[in-house]
Amino acid sequence: MMQADKAAACHGLRIELGGRVVLEHVSFAIEQGEFVGLLGPNGAGKTSLLRVMLGLLAPAAGQVEILGGSPAARRSAIGYVPQIRTNPAGLSLSARDFVAAAAGGSRWGLPILSKSDRADVEQALDLVGGAALADRPLGSLSGGERQRLLLAQALLGRPRLLLLDEPLVNLDPHRQRDVVELVQKLQRQYKLAVLFSAHDLNPLLGAMDRVLYLGGGQAVIGNVGEVINGPVLTRLYGSPIEVMHAGARIFVVPGAQP
Amino acid sequence: MSMFQYDFMDNAFAAASIVALVAGLVGYFLVLRAQTFAGHALAHVGFTGATGAVLIGVSPLWGLVSVTIAGGILMGFLGEKLAHRDVAIGIVLSMSLGLGLLFLHFFTAYATQVTALLFGNVLGVDLPTLRALAVLGLVSMAGLAVISRPLLFASLQPELAEAKGLRLRLLSVLFLAIVGLATAECAQIVGVLLVFTLMVGPAAAAQKITSRLFAGLTLAVLFALIEAWLGLTLAFYSNWPSSFWITALSSLIYVLCLLAASGRTRQHAVGA
Repeated sequence: MMQADKAAACHGLRIELGGRVVLEHVSFAIEQGEFVGLLGPNGAGKTSLLRVMLGLLAPAAGQVEILGGSPAARRSAIGYVPQIRTNPAGLSLSARDFVAAAAGGSRWGLPILSKSDRADVEQALDLVGGAALADRPLGSLSGGERQRLLLAQALLGRPRLLLLDEPLVNLDPHRQRDVVELVQKLQRQYKLAVLFSAHDLNPLLGAMDRVLYLGGGQAVIGNVGEVINGPVLTRLYGSPIEVMHAGARIFVVPGAQP
Repeated sequence: MSMFQYDFMDNAFAAASIVALVAGLVGYFLVLRAQTFAGHALAHVGFTGATGAVLIGVSPLWGLVSVTIAGGILMGFLGEKLAHRDVAIGIVLSMSLGLGLLFLHFFTAYATQVTALLFGNVLGVDLPTLRALAVLGLVSMAGLAVISRPLLFASLQPELAEAKGLRLRLLSVLFLAIVGLATAECAQIVGVLLVFTLMVGPAAAAQKITSRLFAGLTLAVLFALIEAWLGLTLAFYSNWPSSFWITALSSLIYVLCLLAASGRTRQHAVGA
């Protein structure tokens, strides 16, 4: 399986955590420049799947390719936005120094940035609309503002695939829309492939090209209409699921037992 | 009469300068990583090392250094397993002090050494000790210089750092080994019980009043140097213990920075 033209390709993945199978028979591919929503309830294995794609967790079976290579070989091409920490270190540091720590941060030596690293940091801050935050200490920023800084860090080094782990958690609906629009803008501007995990699909409607839905230890990928419907999700979970539409919004709820 | 007419004052100033430099820099990262307790804990186990060394006829400095470095490495390896184990840690720490006391009990000739180890004896630093402190200081600063960039990244964004290929455990072990070394040096000046005052006080005060990395590092060193120098001077003219003056100045600078910081936030709030 060599799919160099794909941003990411997984084939027959099985992911286990502490001997427990989290996901099985997972196969999908993400096209370059495509926005894919990674959806599913809490504990469905979204973070584990992202960790496998980052090369931080070895799959129990199957293969992962990022831009035609192993995750470790493509490290610099992957931008990663981890889940926001509830208790982060360095709250006294400025937003700029926080972002700058990720610029070439894996090289040994003193934390002194080269001219091009500094330019990268300023550009990344600009891209996420964070220039005005740059001199403020991290501790004085809101959740949405901090989320922008995480995105700025992920953009350093011009990645081609962006993996976002639940960036909408703890944001109010208005801020959620801001983050999704920002990611969508970056995706279009830089032809970035995006895998955006969330447990509610509504904020992503209109932004995502396809949805990768995890549930019942399995995964299914397709357009929103193809995946988010009663029969497909019922088959995925192995128990009745109903999909309700309320205006433009969609709700996935457990169905009535027959 | 100048205090620099005395060799012991020259040595004390030189030793305090070296240690303040190391403590300010290492302490900055310790505070940033919210690992200040590690400095405290390593000093306690270091007491056992120092007294054990005296018992077997080795210089207490080397006992202190080897045990604090070993303790730092062990802490780094245990990592997450140590979090939320405060009772277990507390028992190990008090056991260390108790064991140190027992070692001293067997060696009653060195009774004055207890106070020196617990509360420091900067006026007793001789030339060989000064040389040892200089070498140890260079080693810990060189080590910190090599790891500071990935350490900063891993401290602020561990998940991202890991995804970029950094080995978090290795960094943590290396850093805590450096902390162990710095702790042993600090203990020479202010004693094992008061290591916090030089290692954490200046760095925490600096982080209160600046949000810039290099300004913070510079201020941490500056505060540590001021506390050490002024503490020694006051001790010379008052005849009170230098460790007392250093702790008093450390607390004073911290409180002043705290007040300055809260004044600044209030101004922000009014301006906004």
